[in-house]
Amino acid sequence: MLVMGPKAENIRYYHTLKILEEKCRGRMRCMRACPTQAIRVRQGKAHVLEELCIDCGECINACPEGAMVPLTDTVEQTSKFKCRVAIPSPVLYSQFSVDIHPPEIIAGLKKLGFDYVWDVSLVCEAISEALRLYLEEHKGPWPVISSFCPAVIRFIQVKYPGLTEHIIPLEVPRELAAKEMKLELSEKLNFPLEEIGAVYLTSCPAKAVSIRQPAEKEKSWFDGSISIADIYNPLLSAIMSLGEEEYKDDLDGLSAIGMGWKVMGGTCSFLEPGSCVAVSGIVELTKILDDIEKSKLREVKYVEASFCLEGCIGGPLAVENAYVARVKTIRLENRYGKQPRIQKEKVQKLYREGHYFLERRIQPRPIKPLHPDIAKAIALMKEKEKIHNLLPRVDCGLCGCPTCLAFAEDVVKGLLNISDCLYNSIRKERSR
Amino acid sequence: MSDDSLLDLEFEIIGGDFNQAGRVSTKLKSILKEIGFDAQVVRRVAISTYEAEINVVMYARRGVLRFKASPQKIVIIIEDEGQGIEDIEEAMKEGYSTATDEMREMGFGAGMGLPNIKRNSDQFEITSEVGKGTRLEVTIIAGDGSKS
Repeated sequence: MLVMGPKAENIRYYHTLKILEEKCRGRMRCMRACPTQAIRVRQGKAHVLEELCIDCGECINACPEGAMVPLTDTVEQTSKFKCRVAIPSPVLYSQFSVDIHPPEIIAGLKKLGFDYVWDVSLVCEAISEALRLYLEEHKGPWPVISSFCPAVIRFIQVKYPGLTEHIIPLEVPRELAAKEMKLELSEKLNFPLEEIGAVYLTSCPAKAVSIRQPAEKEKSWFDGSISIADIYNPLLSAIMSLGEEEYKDDLDGLSAIGMGWKVMGGTCSFLEPGSCVAVSGIVELTKILDDIEKSKLREVKYVEASFCLEGCIGGPLAVENAYVARVKTIRLENRYGKQPRIQKEKVQKLYREGHYFLERRIQPRPIKPLHPDIAKAIALMKEKEKIHNLLPRVDCGLCGCPTCLAFAEDVVKGLLNISDCLYNSIRKERSR
Repeated sequence: MSDDSLLDLEFEIIGGDFNQAGRVSTKLKSILKEIGFDAQVVRRVAISTYEAEINVVMYARRGVLRFKASPQKIVIIIEDEGQGIEDIEEAMKEGYSTATDEMREMGFGAGMGLPNIKRNSDQFEITSEVGKGTRLEVTIIAGDGSKS
């Protein structure tokens, strides 16, 4: 991928985003959409500042040329494994017309060549119980923030490093499902773990990254990820060609309420109402995190945070409109019932044994300061403010920076010259 | 210390303007993060300036927040023109508040402001004159010897 800016030090961050340079026309939509201001347009092409990118996928949505593409895998790439297992995000169940039900979708995936399809919704339900137990015992700091959205995690690591200790140290459903699957299948089939390939079917580019470089452990239990948008067409054809004898219309081994996790408010529905908030979308997320940082959110114990509007169903790699997907998820619950499918006692026992906990806590990943020496950084900050005051502060973006403040920063860092401000040059020209 | 490494900023806070309350704190927070101050130092500055801002908005006509950051320490001075505090000792108690019902309805006035600022600072000075206003000086050590 294209990266620029200060040379990366010891750590390199993976990103699952590729810019197709021949398609990029430098239209700056991505630059304006980027919530961490990680994109600059130079010489008419978009570039990503690696350390700032949190893989949220806003740029993928924003690009009118289709030049931003997620680097997910293909079905063929998984063929090296002896046993191929698809683990669909419950988002997948909400992507088809209402008369295509989860059992058909699962049968369709097998037809595409997966040996097994492993469900996440039951694990969602189990982790909801673990979450309830955790909140009962937790002593602070409050509020705790959900851990399931990797874009939120990376956003906090980068922009709110002081809040990483608020992130709940519970494992996320997808990873736990992949772990349980591998351990169970490896024993059942007598295959070594490395011969079982786990692929996540997802609406989320950030999850694809978190599989390549997890924030909370050495290695993900997954071996790859496939975008729902990519698999949608072949899967739909496979589903259409299913005979009636090829699936059974019951939710054996699945949990309808667990599927609700992927919709905004899904995790809160398992908890005592009145002490949790669900927030989605970058604008509201920023407000809430600002408030937590100021210790303003005193009455709230739990914050469910999704980067995408409406939750994972609003992910950039989803096919269905997020609001329609929400309705479809509700219909699934109505069809299959809201009764719990897990044994609480069993979950409670596993909880005590540490089964639901992350391998390690999420660490901050703060933005590189203006200068490693604070005294010099302060001097540069003053310089930056000075430059900013000379700028039009209309954030026109013609210089290729998303804001005048970002321009001032790039000048201070020596990447741009103050004369690169086109707005000021034009103004000067006109007043002549 | 050279003048170059001292950041000196000033902000005006308007009494009764709940819409704007918290803006200064958010701005300072992002500046400090960019300079590269320790995350917990930033957090303590964010909390104390926010509480101080809210106090001005709630109880004063106007106020000025002066912010000085150097590599060693951060000093925040908030001076307001307002009703002042009659009994500072009482006001420093957790849960003590003279907020009106209206303020409480808006979610403010839990009586935690001043003690919360004190808890998050390394040095805390308060003086007040009834009918005139209040002056707060908060110091947060940023370099070695800071509270963890």
